[in-house]
Amino acid sequence: MYQTTYHRASSVDEAASLFGKSSEAKFLSGGQTLLPVMKQRLASPSDVIDLGKIKELIGVEAAGDTLTIKAATPHYDVATSDVAKKAIPAVAYLASLIGDPAVRYRGTIGGSLANNDPAADYPAATLALGATIKTNKRSIAADDYFKGLFSTALEDGEIITAVSFPIPAKAGYAKFPHPASRFALTGVFVAQTKSGDVRVAVTGASQSGVMRVGAIEAALKANWSPLAIDSVNIPASGLLSDIHGSSDYRANLIKVMAQRAVAAAG
Amino acid sequence: MSTVKLTVNGKAVAVDVEDRTLLVHLLRDHLNLTGTHVGCDTSQCGACVVHMDGRAVKSCTMLAGQADGANVTTIEGIAKGDELHPMQAAFRDNHGLQCGYCTPGMIMSAIDIVHRYGGQLDEATVRHELEGNICRCTGYHNIVKAVLDAAGRMKVSQAAE
Repeated sequence: MYQTTYHRASSVDEAASLFGKSSEAKFLSGGQTLLPVMKQRLASPSDVIDLGKIKELIGVEAAGDTLTIKAATPHYDVATSDVAKKAIPAVAYLASLIGDPAVRYRGTIGGSLANNDPAADYPAATLALGATIKTNKRSIAADDYFKGLFSTALEDGEIITAVSFPIPAKAGYAKFPHPASRFALTGVFVAQTKSGDVRVAVTGASQSGVMRVGAIEAALKANWSPLAIDSVNIPASGLLSDIHGSSDYRANLIKVMAQRAVAAAG
Repeated sequence: MSTVKLTVNGKAVAVDVEDRTLLVHLLRDHLNLTGTHVGCDTSQCGACVVHMDGRAVKSCTMLAGQADGANVTTIEGIAKGDELHPMQAAFRDNHGLQCGYCTPGMIMSAIDIVHRYGGQLDEATVRHELEGNICRCTGYHNIVKAVLDAAGRMKVSQAAE
């Protein structure tokens, strides 16, 4: 590992203040992305500020129509949370599919959303459910948060503290994982809100990161059924094409995963 | 430099390390616990898995400082004196290794799997749960057999305690 200075923050305020005093700091949550990226020197922060032990950032709560997952809660704790499984089972299921068991013990929802990897799982649930990203400065609607590959609306030094998901009438997630990395080659999260609106978000497929798919949303709004997606045309333009799958292949995966997600949602 | 204080295999230790030190290097280079291996150094192979506060984590993907205050168990800490841990005994009896490089991580992950599932394990579950541990020799067949065997033994030994 290359040179850096490690700080453990005991509160969000202390973390923000440490960030302000450093030249090129990065926040460290579970470290399952940042540390590998530092080893490759794709990031070389002067300081890493550990958020992982801040008590106010850990926990899963449901109140009224909202499921709130605090930012430094590991994926394993979300996947096994009775609160999450009761409120939005599809979110707990999504968390159970991330990486491998050792990664799920360490990786966190806040880290996943701050990094915004185009093939990460949580962005799909966050966008499809119309969640709100809470930070130490403000609340950001999911629709305004994702700004393309590895880009978000977060400002320098801004810390995600929690994510609030409106509890939907129905939701489901299906992903075709890359067999080695378990990242989504394509993952689709479908949600029907309590007011009857339908939102569908896709991760892993688009050149611009997580995206909504209006054509599938319209089809499902008319008829909430996997069959309704049969006749939807998904254009391959703008989709990723690499050694793992062509853009045509991913376009087909979007349909198939959307159908499986609807089937799972019931 | 900072001093990292943690408990390793039941013993309290304080180690002066550079901030950039990974947990696996603290264990191997500073405490001479070389049973924990570095296979890929990219979080994929699982040869470096140890238990931290009861959870199986990849020690190459943690800074030593993140383990400050934690209770860490390595492959060296699971046997009771000369008596192998049931998972170690099952790996030996089922020939669950060839070169042995991945074995410490396999065993630490496997113990965690049994703890999470209790005796409710089947072959498909073991194979799926071991997806973060890579073995290039065995084809996994005897590893899976060993984990299933140990799940039964651990249930018996827990019941006896």
